[in-house]
Amino acid sequence: MKFNAMTAVAALMLAMPGAVAADPDDDNLVINGELEMTTKAPLPAHMEEANMDQIMSGWHFRSDETQALEMDDFDNPGMIFVDAGIDQWNAVEGSEGNSCATCHEDPSSMKGVRAVYPKWDEEAGEVQTVAMQINDCRENNMGAEPYGYTSGEMANMEALIALQSRGMPVDVAIDGPAQEMWEKGKEIYYTRYGQLELSCANCHEDNYGNMIRADHLSQGQINGFPTYRLKNAKLNTAHGRFKGCIRDTRAHTFDPGSDEFVALELYVASRGNGLSVEGPSVRN
Amino acid sequence: MKLSTTILAAALVAAGSAYAESAAPGDVQFDDYGAVSESLTGQPGDPDKGALVMKTKSAGNCISCHQIDALSDAAFHGNIGPSLNGVGDRWNEAEIRGIVANAKHTYPGTMMPAYYKVDGFTRPGNAFTGKAPEGALDPLLSAEQIEDVVAFLMTQKEQ
Ligand code: HEC
Ligand code: HEC
Repeated sequence: MKFNAMTAVAALMLAMPGAVAADPDDDNLVINGELEMTTKAPLPAHMEEANMDQIMSGWHFRSDETQALEMDDFDNPGMIFVDAGIDQWNAVEGSEGNSCATCHEDPSSMKGVRAVYPKWDEEAGEVQTVAMQINDCRENNMGAEPYGYTSGEMANMEALIALQSRGMPVDVAIDGPAQEMWEKGKEIYYTRYGQLELSCANCHEDNYGNMIRADHLSQGQINGFPTYRLKNAKLNTAHGRFKGCIRDTRAHTFDPGSDEFVALELYVASRGNGLSVEGPSVRN
Repeated sequence: MKLSTTILAAALVAAGSAYAESAAPGDVQFDDYGAVSESLTGQPGDPDKGALVMKTKSAGNCISCHQIDALSDAAFHGNIGPSLNGVGDRWNEAEIRGIVANAKHTYPGTMMPAYYKVDGFTRPGNAFTGKAPEGALDPLLSAEQIEDVVAFLMTQKEQ
């Protein structure tokens, strides 16, 4: 038999009036009418064997209405959480009498950070995520309690930090001391977990652009994190998303902040090398 | 074998008579092309129940990946796998049973989940909770549900 994708799409649209075509679109993402974002980019060199020809932001896979919410900061619900992040930035907490501002002054000092994390931390001797670095500062420089890894406070702070790099290309290093974690993350990405035996690649490399029930599959990029989701009306962290996706394969998931998810974050981030940092983005 | 007692009880009530013991997932015989000639229950399936299994999210949820006109009353058919229109013309019953029970024999490496398999998984969970399983796993579909789906798919003929 010769299955024809276009026929199926046409049949689907006949069967369901109002259904949208499944391919990613060619729209351009310009934020606030001035900041031009790179939402499609050539494959990073390490992805030569991947079953795809370019990398794309998840923005291209959303409806026009959802896309529009990210094009103007007044419409982007994620910006409310950035404001909360600014309050947290300036709040003195913990035994040392410090706030983030004590050491880092204005949040604009964080420009460039989101683009290169996760990255190898020489002093700690490990690959660190932005969330790990935030909690490192809270515990060791402020004498404050760490934020929960996927908590609202963590998401707010990550959104504030991501915003400072908005529009800069993702550029995480995968060689040198980070390479071992990167290899581990790659292995996780291609492992078929759970009773449904599905890997990240099954959905986000082999089937991006296709529909899985009502969901339009994207490439599962994390350049837009943290992400405001209309579905749960909050900011979502990358590890929260990883957990949800693995859970959906009927698997025993890894924990947010675990070595496995740090490795996976490094690997997935590197699949987006060249896309603009987009956080806080809007998805459904 | 690991059919849950509720499923068995339901099957007994529905059928009004005792089924012969169904084949356990590990005992199903696939031929070299992935076909399974024997009914898993020893009985014919019910096509109407099979249609329901295919469109119910908590059961087969087959339409999450497959489009099929006969189930167009259920919204949102995916397009990961081929359309199942006319599938009864392309495959015989044994072949369809093999694909539904464990498509990985017919299509090595396929994305389609194995519906009648209980071991050999990497980090299987307790359904969709994200937690570790509490005991032995049940197959995604019972032997009876698989036979119902096979019976339904055999009605899908265009010629
Ligand atoms: C059974 C299919 C499936 C599998 C397997 C899966 N995902 Fe997803 N994922 C989805 C769906 C559906 C969405 C929501 C639509 C979209 O953005 O693709 C999603 C969304 C995402 C997003 C959000 C993208 C954005 O732009 O907001 C990320 C990141 C992601 N997945 C990463 C992963 C990773 C990493 C894995 C493996 C650990 C994985 N996914 C496994 C189905 C899957
Ligand atoms: C996660 C995706 C997925 C789900 C869920 C799924 N399938 Fe499939 N199915 C596929 C893919 C992909 C193929 C094509 C085989 C291949 O090339 O890998 C396929 C092939 C088939 C075929 C052969 C079709 C043909 O015309 O050759 C049948 C029959 C079938 N599936 C039935 C089912 C039934 C019944 C269910 C639910 C009980 C189901 N599928 C659930 C992905 C899926």
